[in-house]
Amino acid sequence: MMMQSPDLRAVPIHDALDLLMPMHLCFNAQDLVTHAGPTFQKMTSHQGVVGQTLAELFELRKPFAFEASQSWLSLAGQPLQLALAQAPELPLRGTIARLSDQSGGILNLSLGLSFVQGIEEFGLNLNDFAPCDQTVELLYLHEANQVVSGESRKLTTRLMQARALAEEQALTDTLTGLSNRRALEAVLSRLLSRKDAQFALMHLDLDYFKQVNDTYGHAAGDHVLLHVAHVMRSDLRAGDMAARFGGDEFVILLRDCDDVDYVRSIAERLIAALEAPIKFEGHLCEISASIGITLSSMYSQPKAAQLLNDADVALYSSKAAGRACATVFQPECATRASTR
Amino acid sequence: MHGLINRALQGFLVDMHGAKIWAEVRSQANLPFDEFETMLSYDHGLTRDTFDAACAVLHRDPDSLLEDIGTYLVTYNNLEPLRRLLRFGGATFLDFLYSLDELADRGRLAMPDIEMPRLNLQQAEGLGSFRLRAEWELPGIAALLLGSLRAMADDYGALVFLSLDGAEKGAEYLRIDLLDAQFSAGRQFNLAQSGLI
Repeated sequence: MMMQSPDLRAVPIHDALDLLMPMHLCFNAQDLVTHAGPTFQKMTSHQGVVGQTLAELFELRKPFAFEASQSWLSLAGQPLQLALAQAPELPLRGTIARLSDQSGGILNLSLGLSFVQGIEEFGLNLNDFAPCDQTVELLYLHEANQVVSGESRKLTTRLMQARALAEEQALTDTLTGLSNRRALEAVLSRLLSRKDAQFALMHLDLDYFKQVNDTYGHAAGDHVLLHVAHVMRSDLRAGDMAARFGGDEFVILLRDCDDVDYVRSIAERLIAALEAPIKFEGHLCEISASIGITLSSMYSQPKAAQLLNDADVALYSSKAAGRACATVFQPECATRASTR
Repeated sequence: MHGLINRALQGFLVDMHGAKIWAEVRSQANLPFDEFETMLSYDHGLTRDTFDAACAVLHRDPDSLLEDIGTYLVTYNNLEPLRRLLRFGGATFLDFLYSLDELADRGRLAMPDIEMPRLNLQQAEGLGSFRLRAEWELPGIAALLLGSLRAMADDYGALVFLSLDGAEKGAEYLRIDLLDAQFSAGRQFNLAQSGLI
């Protein structure tokens, strides 16, 4: 029987293959390239690949079980992972179809998932892909994705900034709903900007709160803090202000007040109210409070930092005196505090 | 309307007419915020109010303003990504016209919840003559497309004649006469995005 010529150059199907699979190669039974599709020629810079062997043109990466002595035709039908020897960093996909007369085969290639780099590296354009090839749609999607995720990132950034700003500007303690330090300091500085403002500051620190937390857990601690906030709100006049300064520390501002005895009576009433046992999940939590007091009327030029500091010093005196009591700031407290 | 669409309207007003005009439009439309968010969705009424306010503030009739917006979307420098996405439609202007029926799907591929105009290109009498049927949630889509298609033709280097061709049963029509597909060199389009990797 006469063997047909392995030379594929005369085969009239080339034009059709070029259109349908522009990234293909035809090769003969000796693995010699006999024809290359237009996009493949572009990828190899039109250097004339006809006559080269597949082994010269490509690095075959998978499958592993392939001997250099074997013909590439033996790979027919398998998914191939390979790369051009001239561009080893760009993985390609391939499939070989064997011609039924055993005269050779066709290797068709695609850019696989490296399509973005591939298009860049090889300078490919819309016309370099077969009309039915979805690679261009993938590229479209890839670009669209970048635009959309860029917008998502912008939105997230804006939201995060807005949130940070809101937190920074927040005036409320999130757990108790009382004012926070920032809010109290703002009111304090407004009051101090008026010459005639008379007010009292109470710095209150819970006693035995740590034991509640340690014995019954943080949920109990939070419950107690909420209860404390409730007591303060119901005990204070509408114009007064209670602020949580963090942890179990509170500062109370009593407006229009220059009467030490009145402030002391309020402090003692608060302590008594806070000493009532607080129910939590069948347990009775018992706390008390120590308070330091100062009044704006005691200063010729009251300053916020000074007032807060002096109330704190007086609070320390209450703690030192055995807790569960209120102390009005006196200069000698400060002396004692400074020698502690 | 999707935030992207509202944002495009806002972008047009800010980029082409300045922040002051946008502030005036915003206040006339009673927008309860300073800016549209690209990734959020808004009531159709809000988009309509904003557009009506823009017409009033700029003393423009709706169709000519929509046409300008359409052109802006394709030609404004900062919107280059959009022009690129549109150029994926085809290698020539004719291919691009043929791909318009897929535009809605294409848009949803990128942004699943965006209200894309539903387009259908029909052959009209005469060589190179077409009728584009367009349906959208808001009126005026044909005028907007007129501006965009004219700019795209320019981009491809094609010479076209475009005109509004009436409306019926919720659809608007645009007449397209492709006079010369390769009238000028057009603008370059490389699949590879420079500086992408």
